[in-house]
Amino acid sequence: MSETPAKRTPLHDRHIAHGARMVSFAGWDMPVQYSGLIDEHMAVRKRAGLFDVSHMGEARVRGSQACEFLQYLTCNNVATLKIGRAHYTGLMTPSGCFHDDLLIYRLDENEFLLVLNAANVGKDLAWMHDHLHRFDAELTDESEAWALLALQGPEAVAILEPIAADRVADLGYYMFTRTLVAGVDTLVSRTGYTGEDGFEFYLPADGAGKVWDALIERGTGHGLVPAGLGARDTLRLEAKMALYGNDIDDTTTALEADLGWIVKFKKGDFIGREALVRQKAEGIRRRLIGFEMEGRAIARHGYDACVDGRKAGKVTSGTLAPYLDKRIGLAYLPLEFCDVGSTFEVDVRGRAQPARVVKTPFYQRNRS
Amino acid sequence: MVPTDRRYSKAHEWILVEGDVATVGITHYAQDQLGDIVYVELPEVNAELVKDEVMGTIESVKAVSEIFAPISGQILEVNQRLEGAPETVNSDPSGAGWYCKMTIAKAEELEQLLDAAAYEQLI
Repeated sequence: MSETPAKRTPLHDRHIAHGARMVSFAGWDMPVQYSGLIDEHMAVRKRAGLFDVSHMGEARVRGSQACEFLQYLTCNNVATLKIGRAHYTGLMTPSGCFHDDLLIYRLDENEFLLVLNAANVGKDLAWMHDHLHRFDAELTDESEAWALLALQGPEAVAILEPIAADRVADLGYYMFTRTLVAGVDTLVSRTGYTGEDGFEFYLPADGAGKVWDALIERGTGHGLVPAGLGARDTLRLEAKMALYGNDIDDTTTALEADLGWIVKFKKGDFIGREALVRQKAEGIRRRLIGFEMEGRAIARHGYDACVDGRKAGKVTSGTLAPYLDKRIGLAYLPLEFCDVGSTFEVDVRGRAQPARVVKTPFYQRNRS
Repeated sequence: MVPTDRRYSKAHEWILVEGDVATVGITHYAQDQLGDIVYVELPEVNAELVKDEVMGTIESVKAVSEIFAPISGQILEVNQRLEGAPETVNSDPSGAGWYCKMTIAKAEELEQLLDAAAYEQLI
């Protein structure tokens, strides 16, 4: 294996200047934290945080059958996705599991932007290319061309509005618009991975620095801080958003992952449909549930979940939830133990620690 | 930044010897690398440990790190305060954030530890 140097986002120097601790993630040198994970987490919940997530992959699909192509490869209904809107979906395996989870933006009738997990870009593109020949559509990897920033938190609108050429406050959840931000042509999307209000900015890599600087400058008076991948992970977990490679992968079906809402059986045939129809009819045997630890121990990815001392499932994510000040996690458990309130144990390095199934999301913002 | 009144292990623990008791903690560097510490698992009092054996764990929000016995000995006392206030390890790693006190079973093991200058070189 040859050692390839970690890729750097266009904002690398700024992260260093902000005192970020950098880590290697999916082949990228990324900021994991700046001032401190808990600080950054709380800033996003109470004020605002700015994330560089330029490691995420982007691909464009266009052509007269672009929609049909994506209908066939993903589980959500692309046909009903309107221009100017995005949806969350899965790139499915024939067994109804996830090659990847992704966002699809409908740019035009026959043109879509796909946002992929950084670690999966290569295999996603290969999988899509394998099926492309049957459709009048083309697929281009644009991961290098795009930078991606996320401005998240209750102050996001107030920070963005003065530097956006068009009004963004009325943009609905999962809607996007193309406008100038700090003079840079940007696709502004009302989306995020934190459970908070906010925006994501898709912009040309050479404009990223200008937009970052403008947001930091505008945001400082609003309590904005740069936030790293560490806080991004704890924020998404409080909001019970799945993380590929932890909570979902190519061995977990969309139904088991409690993501049945993105599977549209009535839209017609798609890869994985048959397996999911069968699983729905027969019933799932395990499900991804949210839990709280009853003691002070923290469950972590990969720990065993046990019932009556016997191994029953696996923890897929676990952390101290900074805003809730609880020890939370996600786990696959056999269906009979999935009811809210039922108890089990997590094997924390050899010690059985009590846990309880709770309602999710763990955290939900007040929507006014 | 590195106190000169004590010795250090390569696993980023400090060892302060007073008479025949060694107080053990993790270094400023180690707590800074870990980030916000949210859980500390302490050893059992009276436990007999061999050098490099796992004594317990320290967890940040993101990760679990094991604490290794920097020398062989018996646990005399653990810092109970860390159970309720694990963040003390971040705020005062060389003082109030101490981890445990233990006996010194083999004095020669102290010699194998780093002095402040050598530890500073390491980090």
